[in-house]
Amino acid sequence: MVARGMLDTPAIDTAANPSTDQRFGLARRVTLPGPLRLDGGVLLSPVDIAYETYGTLNADASNAILICHALTGDQHVASHHPRTGKPGWWTRMVGEGKPIDPARHFIVCANVLGSCMGTSGPATVNPATGRPWAMSFPVITIRDMVRAQAMLLDHLGVGVLHAVVGGSMGGMQALSWPATFPDRVKACVVIASTARHTAQNIAFHEVGRQAVMADPNWRGGEYHDDAAPTAGLAVARMAAHITYLSEAGLTEKFGRRLQARDAKSFGFDADFQVESYLRHQGLAFTDRFDANSYLYITRAMDYFDLAEEHGGLLANAFRATKSRFCLVSFDTDWLYPTAESRAIVQALNAAGAPVSFVELSSPYGHDAFLLEAPDLNRVVDGFLRAGR
Amino acid sequence: MNLRTDLSVIAENVAQGSRVLDIGCGDGALMAALRDTRDVDARGLEIDAHNVASAVARGLSVIQGDADIDLAGYPDGSFDYAILSQTLQTARAPDLVLDHLLRIGRRAFVSFPNFAHWRVRLSLLWGGRMPVTRQLPESWYDTPNIHHVTIDDFRAFVKARGIIVEDAWFLSGDKRTGAGGASLLAEHAVFLLRR
Repeated sequence: MVARGMLDTPAIDTAANPSTDQRFGLARRVTLPGPLRLDGGVLLSPVDIAYETYGTLNADASNAILICHALTGDQHVASHHPRTGKPGWWTRMVGEGKPIDPARHFIVCANVLGSCMGTSGPATVNPATGRPWAMSFPVITIRDMVRAQAMLLDHLGVGVLHAVVGGSMGGMQALSWPATFPDRVKACVVIASTARHTAQNIAFHEVGRQAVMADPNWRGGEYHDDAAPTAGLAVARMAAHITYLSEAGLTEKFGRRLQARDAKSFGFDADFQVESYLRHQGLAFTDRFDANSYLYITRAMDYFDLAEEHGGLLANAFRATKSRFCLVSFDTDWLYPTAESRAIVQALNAAGAPVSFVELSSPYGHDAFLLEAPDLNRVVDGFLRAGR
Repeated sequence: MNLRTDLSVIAENVAQGSRVLDIGCGDGALMAALRDTRDVDARGLEIDAHNVASAVARGLSVIQGDADIDLAGYPDGSFDYAILSQTLQTARAPDLVLDHLLRIGRRAFVSFPNFAHWRVRLSLLWGGRMPVTRQLPESWYDTPNIHHVTIDDFRAFVKARGIIVEDAWFLSGDKRTGAGGASLLAEHAVFLLRR
């Protein structure tokens, strides 16, 4: 058994008072016995899940919304990040008066399997050895993340989700929810996402992984007693970060402007503002993220092909579900372009599922889903309220 | 609820509890009316993102798309009715859009502004200018209407294609006009078609 942390929650019967129930609230962590059967064939047991809940689960447990986070996201969707001190990553969407509102909804956001914010992953301790799993952690998939979330919902007493909502990799999980648990979700919101990783998506991730592995500090993943491979991880983040932006966005923000100097240095300092910005993004990322987790989660995304999991036909993934769907893409997102969302919409149409889709305009590329987008909020709010 | 006249004609003639695809559904006014008054399972297709957002915000299932491109993805006979209101004349290939309409829906409602209305004829005849009327408010350079059609054009078209006209309504402002003088007197026509 893994030693229980201070915030681990003991099993409590479901009739407990919601206000004192230790399962609910911010910064929760639970150790579930499992086993969790992974797509790779491994049985994972036990499974630690770090999560947060906002709002109150109503009497018939019908107001639960699961929010799925992206590659480098975490459970702090609307609370301050413990390491960076920054506000939650989706306060534009989640909060009082927002489309996802703790006054009306019981909101759950869990750190995904394989990540490094408290949920089981390469950075947590393998109970068999007492050492961090590192690269001996089993390779996981998006569907494994979803199955772990379902285990958490069982623990929280949530049978059927009012909605599952996610952007980017969170959208992949959201899309996998009705495909994996057709009876457990009534509405599904998929933003700036895709039903499969393309060769180009995989190629960019491979650049990032190779950057991590080329860092001499990586040492086959066994860096926990020494310096971490921060240089490699920073380069991985820099490369990935470019894919989250758009050329127009970069031009508007930086152009060819120089960084704190009047002339080019004729050297290899960060002469350009865009270089300085990327270096900062890379370094800041290494303060909050584990290099091995980055390898595992990018792998899970690369393995993602929802059609492949259902006999090669995407529509088959949705035949059993009664869920409603809402898809949103952004016109400058070249990481998961609109065509990917359209392919999902066509499959949902073919499966006869109620689906809404809109391509919104934004200069900010893939990252637009995290930024101010009034139409996005209007769409999500209307879609979630329509569930009757 | 204040529906445009051609839309209320359609709304009054859609069967209770049916499945409807509204192509060019705008902000979803007709769909919402059908859902709320006739228990219809309505889906929409709309080209304008802001309109789609408005329709989804009403709780409707609407897909952003182009009737000229995106109808091909819909299976045969998947709806009781396919509706094309005030969109025919904006399509790049209205004949193909109509084919899809009658393939996807078992019946189709089509409404369009009549380009042979007397105001239009007068404007061309006496003014020598492309008409700008209350039904056709845009100038020649910014109109979305790229395939102007008259009631008689449409009648000839469906006849040539062997399409059956189940019913037709002719409108001048908020009022009905008869089928006989419709070519001259109707600003608007609504046809109910099937194969």
